Amino acid sequence: MIELIGVSKKYGATIAVNQVSFKVNEGENLVLLGTSGCGKTTTLKMINRLIEPDGGQVLIDGKDIKQQNPEKLRRGIGYVMQNIGLFPHYTIEENISVIPKLLNWEKDKTDRRIIELVDKLHLPKDSLKLYPNELSGGQQQRVGLARALVADPSLLLMDEPFGALDNVTRGSIRKEFKDLEELKRKTIVMVTHDVQEAFELADRICLMDKGEIMQVGTPKELLLNPLNDFSRKFLDGERLALEFKMIRISDVWANLHEASYVSENRFSPELSVWDAMEKLRSGNLSELIFEDEKGVFKKISFDILMRAFNQYKNTNQHG
Amino acid sequence: MDEQQQTLWQFMLMESDKLLNQTLQHIGLTFISLLFAIAIGLPLGILIARKRALSGTVLGIAGILQTVPSIALLGFMIPVLGIGAKPAIVALLIYALLPIIRNTYTGIIGIDKHIIEAAKALGMDKAQILFKIEFRLAMPVILAGIRTATVINVGVATLASYIAAGGLGEFIFGGISLNNTNMILAGAIPAALLAIVLDALLALVQKMNFKNLRKTLTILPILLIVLSAFYILPSAYGSGLKAGFTPEFMGRQDGDLGLKTAYGLKINTVVISDAVMYKAAYTKELDVISGYSTDGRLKAFDLKILKDDKGIFPPYYAAPIVLQSSLAKFPGLENTLNLLSGKISDSIMTDLNYRTDYLHQSPERVAKDFLVKNKLYKVPGKGQSGTVKIGSKIFGEQYILAEIYSMLIRGNTDYQVETKTGLGGTKICFDALLNNQIDLYPEYTGTGLLAILKPDKRLVAAVITNKDKTYAYVRTEFVKKYKIKWLKPIGFNNSYALMMRQKQSAELNVYSITDLKHHLDNN
Ligand SMILES: Nc1ncnc2c1ncn2[C@@H]1O[C@H](COP(=O)(O)OP(=O)(O)OP(=O)(O)O)[C@@H](O)[C@H]1O
Ligand SMILES: [Mg+2]
Repeated sequence: MIELIGVSKKYGATIAVNQVSFKVNEGENLVLLGTSGCGKTTTLKMINRLIEPDGGQVLIDGKDIKQQNPEKLRRGIGYVMQNIGLFPHYTIEENISVIPKLLNWEKDKTDRRIIELVDKLHLPKDSLKLYPNELSGGQQQRVGLARALVADPSLLLMDEPFGALDNVTRGSIRKEFKDLEELKRKTIVMVTHDVQEAFELADRICLMDKGEIMQVGTPKELLLNPLNDFSRKFLDGERLALEFKMIRISDVWANLHEASYVSENRFSPELSVWDAMEKLRSGNLSELIFEDEKGVFKKISFDILMRAFNQYKNTNQHG
Repeated sequence: MDEQQQTLWQFMLMESDKLLNQTLQHIGLTFISLLFAIAIGLPLGILIARKRALSGTVLGIAGILQTVPSIALLGFMIPVLGIGAKPAIVALLIYALLPIIRNTYTGIIGIDKHIIEAAKALGMDKAQILFKIEFRLAMPVILAGIRTATVINVGVATLASYIAAGGLGEFIFGGISLNNTNMILAGAIPAALLAIVLDALLALVQKMNFKNLRKTLTILPILLIVLSAFYILPSAYGSGLKAGFTPEFMGRQDGDLGLKTAYGLKINTVVISDAVMYKAAYTKELDVISGYSTDGRLKAFDLKILKDDKGIFPPYYAAPIVLQSSLAKFPGLENTLNLLSGKISDSIMTDLNYRTDYLHQSPERVAKDFLVKNKLYKVPGKGQSGTVKIGSKIFGEQYILAEIYSMLIRGNTDYQVETKTGLGGTKICFDALLNNQIDLYPEYTGTGLLAILKPDKRLVAAVITNKDKTYAYVRTEFVKKYKIKWLKPIGFNNSYALMMRQKQSAELNVYSITDLKHHLDNN
């Protein structure tokens, strides 16, 4: 568990981070979101003491990190850099085994763990003896992730881990990332300025502007109940797409009619509105049938779905 | 066999022992000082990369040190460290310092800061970051600095022979003084090859990729130490007396060779520059030196000339030598130059030298005082009838003579004078005269005979015993061979002489070279 209490950082006259407080629970994925220069990286680096705050406190599992040896602290926190930062004079294998070496692991243990990670992260096996400049950007990013994960830290800090990639690669890595079993039990703080990415990966989002927190909440809360103009405007550009992706059939369940017939093809209400519309469109269907765990069947068409969606929004906003 | 006709190859074969020894010393000197320079420069470079505020000061000081002329730097070292290996190594290391500090510094600050941050984020401590990351990434740049330093050191190490530290400079400077091209080349070619080969090897290392570099870097320090060991510090301070002879003296028949053949003198000898030799005798680092009989430092450092009882040192009467074409071009010049004839005796010359060398009066002032005292001084004329160019070798007595002649010419004729002082040794000065770059310079009869004319041994033996015969011989031959005229002798005889400290000479009862031989044989 990570807790920031009134943390601030100044650079000369610039206040990079101002009185930031938030809590990240065990196993939770908190995403720091905001425009360039709003203080995301600075906030993240204060969690592993790469930057020392001017004021405030950072607690990890209830203990003030100021009281801890910075090197020891960092060896226990996985860190993925905005610029990847692989060591150009180390092979991929050596890059990944930096922390095991620092922790004096036995060679066998390190080797086994590296093979496991290479497999999980879909890195080519023969890349281990290569140097970073012999890998593609996407592969390098995976190595950066492997390096951070190797000692299986319970905390993971990631600064725009997919930042250096093109949009297509980025989407697919993101999906793999989301499905990694290994990451599901970790407490993660992740930085991004990509709204889609934040909504896709976050349990909660911390929206920042000019060094201050504008709003902390689940993606749904941010979308439906923005606390201020900034939060509202920040999402306006992609609002509709985000809402379609966020809201599930189960959310609008009450606003749908029971189906009068049952079809072979039944879908789970966990499907998002967006995905349901995808299915209607791609299958060139006029209706879909859903079945929840209680065995209730409901039917949607494009019109019915839109109506239910609007009703849901109206009842859930402002409250 | 005449030296002129001997090929370079023959010379090298004949002197192969010396050549090998000098080359090994040269390599050793280069690498010992490099080793120390790395030991000091690397940490300093790291320090200023950490504390950037210091970088200006440290690089500034190292930069200034590097601009101190090498000879001067060696000179500064002597009062503190004496002569021999120590000052040479320190001087060399000072020259090697700047490239090493600067490249370590730029190598480290040039590393992508994200890489350092990554190392920190992974939990490396400062030492780990330095050794595992910064050092390794800066290594190509640091190696470039070491490469520069190595090449500088190979060059500057030739000067080590000035202060009895050995190396290929012994041949180079001996050859320059003796007008022996083979000897110069025997020193210069290996030195140049050494620089080229080392440069190429280090260039290879520098361009290696990380994988190969890693292996090489484990070998390099060992290699460095092995190469340093080539310089086995001369175990000079054994028993007995210690001699310091100039490179020129070492190679001359009327020098070390004559001492060996005529007297059978065997003495522990180092090669050293004339510039520091007297002081080294005074400070008891040397006991016997090969000085000049009119040197002012004789007086300053209380040295005693040992009598040359077997007469191996030929007469070195000084006289101006002038191109005949110049005498024709400047009427009245000859008479003017001859005004000085017979005016300066040995003791007067020693005194004049003492004033410049020891009292640090300027040659101009000493020259003017002398001329005024002898009523030879005249106010300079307008100098409208052309310019006479006077040369001089690179030591005090020649500077004074050049000044005296210059004042005489300006006062007594309508010629302008340009002095080209400090033309190195005999070879450089004489070549300048032959090529018409100067009109005249003061030369010595013995030098004219043995270093320039080099007649066969029988002829030398016939003329060398008598100063007038020597003079007559060089006078005729120079006109015949070079169209250069010896004017009337100035009076003093600046011949070679062995000298010791007055006190030691009295204590040991050594007053002549034969006495010295007996003393050495009995101890
Ligand atoms: N070392 C520094 N010295 C001075 N100012 C700094 C320093 N590091 C950051 N800043 C300033 O602090 C502010 C926050 O920087 P930070 O790197 O945290 O932004 P960010 O949100 O990560 O931006 P980006 O999305 O571009 O990475 C910026 O205005 C930046 O200029
Ligand atoms: Mg950032």
